Amino acid sequence: MTETEIRKAIFDALHRIAPEADPQKIRPDETLREALDIDSFDFLSVLIALHERLGVEIPEADYGQLTTLSALVQYLSRKLEASPGKVG
Amino acid sequence: MPSLGADMTEGTLVQWNVKPGDSVKRGDIIAVVGTEKADIEVEVYQTGMVEKLIAQPGDKLPVGAPLALIRIEGKVSTVAEGPAAKPAPGPTPRVHASPMARKLAQELGIDLAQIRGTGPAGVIERHDVEAAKAAGVPSPPSPPTAPAETHAPSGPLRAADGMRHAIALAMARSNREIPHYYLSTQIDMSKSLRWLETFNQGRTIENRLLPAALLLKATARGLVQVPELNGFWIDDQLKISSEVHLGVAISLRGGGLMIPAILSAQAKSVEELMAALGDLITRARAGRLRSSEITEGTITVTNLGDLGVETVYGVIYPPQVALVGFGKIMERPWAEQGMLGVKPLLTATLAADHRATDGHRGAQFLQALDHLLQEPEKL
Repeated sequence: MTETEIRKAIFDALHRIAPEADPQKIRPDETLREALDIDSFDFLSVLIALHERLGVEIPEADYGQLTTLSALVQYLSRKLEASPGKVG
Repeated sequence: MPSLGADMTEGTLVQWNVKPGDSVKRGDIIAVVGTEKADIEVEVYQTGMVEKLIAQPGDKLPVGAPLALIRIEGKVSTVAEGPAAKPAPGPTPRVHASPMARKLAQELGIDLAQIRGTGPAGVIERHDVEAAKAAGVPSPPSPPTAPAETHAPSGPLRAADGMRHAIALAMARSNREIPHYYLSTQIDMSKSLRWLETFNQGRTIENRLLPAALLLKATARGLVQVPELNGFWIDDQLKISSEVHLGVAISLRGGGLMIPAILSAQAKSVEELMAALGDLITRARAGRLRSSEITEGTITVTNLGDLGVETVYGVIYPPQVALVGFGKIMERPWAEQGMLGVKPLLTATLAADHRATDGHRGAQFLQALDHLLQEPEKL
């Protein structure tokens, strides 16, 4: 899966939580939760959506690493390289 | 028209889910009613048969006005019977849409305010949203960056800001009528967080718990120990509820908040409370709450820890008599038996009605909360 596809999966998940926001405008190093004003429940929902779509396991211990868009993209890229997961 | 809020005076019937001749049982959702804050699914409290629909979609009616007649074993009863309240002038009403239309609009990112509804009295229906999507209706605007309080005090309310108006009425009434007292305590969350970590390790992501679930469970158990904080102040006396219906303050993406309740929280496990919380948040934000969830909360819990807030000084939602606030769990220096260490600490706050309880009882509740969170495995 390409980085563009991963980014699209993230944007789709974020759009479901914050439909009024434009994820394209989020800077890569911006804190996602602050940028989109999403709480811990919303953030968990985003991770669940990514898990369901990409088939990637995200241990709770890793949540703290996933604060920005670039960190999330890199994390998912690494996970998918190690285990290709789902497609689409 | 049921009363769906402390200061609701009128509502608009958005749609009927039943027709004359239909059988209904207690708990069935029979209609959707629009209030200043949201569209709410109205449940029926009797089992019987729909005799007649009195109100029509689009009708704006005072609280207490009958919506329908239900025949109960030969007897006819009205839905939302009660004394009619005097309608009060308010701000521009919110957009009325069926729950399906509201959900679809949210999924498609379409601004409901831009759509002209073709349903009864202009109610927006699913096909209106689909047509708007085809026509390229824009997404709703981003929420304002400046808070509403920056408006000139004497100026008019912003258009369609019924939510703010409803909150203003309830909170002004609270500060006017309720003699609040506040207590707070710091709780060592080490044991609770360790327990959560172990619990979550063995579970898939969708079955994991957030700390909020433990806090809700501890609150419900604490209220069983100190029931005077769980109930209502009505007719100059405290009416304690035997069930703990935990009202959860949920912020909405467009601004404002709703306080739907997790019913009978004292009887739910931590896992059930987590599932109930997720369901409530999802439905609150999609505009699909039920009337019982709006009206039956016996206490409010608000958690602003996600935004970095340390201590919450809440305003009680009348006629409730208490509000529990949770701040952020933060690592802090903590001295114990002469030794200084670092612990994850949570500040729990109680706002309580001094007519109903004294500080001593309030302190006992916070003490119970602390003790319960030191033994999370027993929650």
